[in-house]
Amino acid sequence: MRPAIHLACAGLALAALVVGVTHSASAADTPNPVTDAKAFQKYFTDKFPKLKPEDFVNGPYSMDEDMHRQWEEKEQFPPYDFALDLGKEMFSTPFKNGRSYADCFPDKGIGVRQNYPYFDEKQGKVVTLELALNRCREANGETPFSYVGDEMAALTAYMAFTSRGKPFDIKIPNDPRALAAYRKGKEYFYTRRGQLNFSCASCHVQEPGERIRAEVLAPALGILNAMPIYRSEWGGMGTISRRFTTCNSQTRSVPLEPQAEEYRDLEYYLSYVSNGLPISGPGARP
Amino acid sequence: MPSSIRVRATAGADVTEVQALIQHPMDSGFVKDANGAIIPPHFIQVLTFEHDGNAVFVADWGAAVSKDPYVKFSFKGAKKGDDLKISWVDNKGATDTATAKIQ
Repeated sequence: MRPAIHLACAGLALAALVVGVTHSASAADTPNPVTDAKAFQKYFTDKFPKLKPEDFVNGPYSMDEDMHRQWEEKEQFPPYDFALDLGKEMFSTPFKNGRSYADCFPDKGIGVRQNYPYFDEKQGKVVTLELALNRCREANGETPFSYVGDEMAALTAYMAFTSRGKPFDIKIPNDPRALAAYRKGKEYFYTRRGQLNFSCASCHVQEPGERIRAEVLAPALGILNAMPIYRSEWGGMGTISRRFTTCNSQTRSVPLEPQAEEYRDLEYYLSYVSNGLPISGPGARP
Repeated sequence: MPSSIRVRATAGADVTEVQALIQHPMDSGFVKDANGAIIPPHFIQVLTFEHDGNAVFVADWGAAVSKDPYVKFSFKGAKKGDDLKISWVDNKGATDTATAKIQ
């Protein structure tokens, strides 16, 4: 009898989700980011009543006691340490023209991670930290880095490190295009795609804390606060771009180009709904 | 070039606890690259921790040890302020050495 009940429950949950999705789609013309973010955070804090809001930035390590102990030990000698050193060195090394990364960012690029991505009202587009770094390189006559490579991960690791503890502070300016970018990001997040027909939310909203094979799924709340991450599975560092593209290919959909507009909007949405949660990057994940 | 070795040694009441992280590809020689060519073996063979001229920890490593390996052990007989010398040699003859003060 029991499996039938579970099945019925799952059916109900699915129905509720479908209702939720259609509801948000019909209200999508006038999204309200403030109430969105509140509801999003409440969903997670209700689902995990024992966790403090700031615990969510540590992803699966907050969900599983055993993993948490392993992580505490690991954090004494974090595997992203080498990337952090490389990033610091790269960040402080001037370009050939004598200028440096610090000249491209407010506050010389120190402690600013929590303000990215932001909406650029001149271009009418979302600008992520990775994009800003490569634009800085190009403006100074340097070739841009791969968005999924180690250099970009090292640079963003250093910038995140100098911003640790600062709460995400993503702003949506009073510009219909900014709201549209937010709405498109939200749409991307909840849209199912790929052969497995998963949306980002299927795993990271519906099932955080559950296992997918041997791994524990991270909650969407605070997931970007820990970026970039050292994934033991990857044997190295990964940027937000790498995370998005591999998530897409793992659900057997065709990933977009890193820093495609859809990904930038997605990052904008996902960062906004984690507003108030502290930056914890660079992170280490199994 | 920054050191490939990170080490932290803390003297307790009885034993000194040592943690070290070493940056090394540790290629086993059994893995192929994207073009199907074998990535040649490249791994640390001997890792040594020395205190006061005595080897306190020697590891004979091979292809089975992970990339960027982490080591933790403890030993007796050291005190705060002593030097701990760490060195490794890999199968290509490359080597690196670092000295840490026991805290």
